[in-house]
Amino acid sequence: MGSLISQINAVVAMNVKSLPQRAWMSAATVFAVAIVVAVLLAFLAMANGFQATVAGTGARDVAIAMRQGAQAEVNSVLMKEQVDLLSAGPGIAKNETGPIVSAELYVIVDGIKKASDTKANLPLRGLSEAGMKMRGDLKIIEGRMFQPGTNELIVGVGALKEFEGFELGRELTFARSRWTVVGVFSMDGKVAESELWADIGSVQSLFQRGNSFQTVRLKLDDPAALEQLKAYNEADPRLKLDIKSEADYFADQASGMSDLIMYLGWPLGIAMAFGALAGALNTMYTSVASRAREIATLRAIGFGGTAAFVGTLAESMVLALLGGLIGAIAAFLFFDGITASTLGGSFTQVVFSFKLSPALIWQAAVLALIIGFIGGVFPAWRAARLPVVVAFRAA
Amino acid sequence: MTENLFELKKVSKSFVKAKETISIFEGLDMTIKAGDFIAIMGPSGSGKTTLLNLLGGVDQPTSGEIHFDGKRIDNLSENGLAAWRAANVGFIFQFYNLMPMLSAAKNVELPLLLTGLGRSRRKASVEAALKLVGLDDRAGHLPKEMSGGQQQRVAIARAIVSDPKLMLCDEPTGDLDRATADEILKMLQLLNREFGKTIVMVTHDPEAAKYAKKTLHLDKGEFVKEELMA
Ligand SMILES: Nc1ncnc2c1ncn2[C@@H]1O[C@H](COP(=O)(O)OP(=O)(O)O)[C@@H](O)[C@H]1O
Ligand SMILES: [Mg+2]
Repeated sequence: MGSLISQINAVVAMNVKSLPQRAWMSAATVFAVAIVVAVLLAFLAMANGFQATVAGTGARDVAIAMRQGAQAEVNSVLMKEQVDLLSAGPGIAKNETGPIVSAELYVIVDGIKKASDTKANLPLRGLSEAGMKMRGDLKIIEGRMFQPGTNELIVGVGALKEFEGFELGRELTFARSRWTVVGVFSMDGKVAESELWADIGSVQSLFQRGNSFQTVRLKLDDPAALEQLKAYNEADPRLKLDIKSEADYFADQASGMSDLIMYLGWPLGIAMAFGALAGALNTMYTSVASRAREIATLRAIGFGGTAAFVGTLAESMVLALLGGLIGAIAAFLFFDGITASTLGGSFTQVVFSFKLSPALIWQAAVLALIIGFIGGVFPAWRAARLPVVVAFRAA
Repeated sequence: MTENLFELKKVSKSFVKAKETISIFEGLDMTIKAGDFIAIMGPSGSGKTTLLNLLGGVDQPTSGEIHFDGKRIDNLSENGLAAWRAANVGFIFQFYNLMPMLSAAKNVELPLLLTGLGRSRRKASVEAALKLVGLDDRAGHLPKEMSGGQQQRVAIARAIVSDPKLMLCDEPTGDLDRATADEILKMLQLLNREFGKTIVMVTHDPEAAKYAKKTLHLDKGEFVKEELMA
């Protein structure tokens, strides 16, 4: 047993020391694995960042109500009567002016993306003072809040960064009317940072929405009060709205998109992994062939097949791990924290950052090790089965 | 003392190549005495290397028995043979077969890794073996930094470091010039005479065969002539 370990140590050390003789092929394998890992990590970081931005957005004690089957804010329509009726329901938190509710409009406007110089949809949200108060993370970081009843708007930091012409003081034309940017807001990295906000009354009149809304947010006494409100809503045929906690709403919105990223990312990563695997197998079979006489000589001296097997497998794993490490470092340097924007669930742009995590890097490392293992195990088997008489053949 | 180290009884060996069976040996009998130094000569393809492989336990006969020191080795498992080789055989190859990435000392140490000897005991054995072949000052050199003759001396040190009874050499001087070849052959002769190693050496060089005690001529898988040296 001690002998087996010293055999294996010696053979592994020999293989690793002789790597420079096979430098180019080995480097190609390392590179292929690095690319696979970097691409996979890019997708995973994208999905992770998107998930963090969107899913982290909603509150548990805020309910959001939409027309039945609307799925997303943009598809919903609510009448003033419905909003008033729902606001009279149970479980809603109250202050001196009554129930804390925010009826909102959510209209789509055009913006020009800085990165691609192309048009993209952007949400303009109309809301009232109650709506602002419901969003605890809201911070005006430049300029000031819009004045109710005016054509003023404030812009989220994400939208400002990704789109043309939303700087403080700029004038814009939406719905054939002029708007002025008077402030910039942040919201702790949440989805709303990709939006423009204006007074609900102004949006209603300038976008000809009469006295209609799209969604209503209701501050609950506590998260458990959601069930009472739902029961009240179901009992009244004039309502029959879809009601969810804001947290669930955003989680649903996020899952579609991150599924897309996942179902694209993993298959692409695995397809590329097969390519890298073919390269690794080729490299390792070549390595075994070029070391055939050395392996056979060791066997003639009395070394076991196990040592030859482990030595070859170790070489393959070392190459794959090196590739994985380089890929992860590259992903970290090039992708981690970069900002991207993409279509969110409501056909509007959501701005988010790529986010790597130890768990994701671990997943990619496992993929690299699988490539190294499969790429090494068959050539290692050949090395272990190599006839010893090869040692006596000419070079 | 003329005890038999090897006894080959009715050994046959054939290869199947492209569905055709090529018979190399058919019912070969042979004995090798302990302490002998045998040269095997013969035309190319006569089966010299095949015989050496059978004696060294790196290949197995198709039928017949091979006894070493009174024990059968032809029916050992692959691992059993590997252990037997480690304990009993030192190989010398025509092309030295040193590990190119290891120093002379590390190459010589390889057989000792199979013994369970501690580091300091291994180091002492390696130094002694290198001293015996006159390369104690080259311990740290890589094979590519040494001449062919020096590399073959390292290989000899590797073959004797674990003190096996038997040395098997396939064309050990086939790749060397006359003067260097003579140096190597003198060394083998010394190992035979002073250290009692039994040596079987395949060669096509009559000059090399003169260093042996006995030359066997092999042709088409049979011994056709035996010469004793003075
Ligand atoms: N592994 C093998 N498979 C098939 N034929 C072999 C094998 N090894 C040797 N032979 C054949 O056996 C014969 C004897 O070979 P060998 O012992 O190497 O001869 P020598 O060393 O005397 O030149 C040759 O015809 C060779 O082609
Ligand atoms: Mg031969």
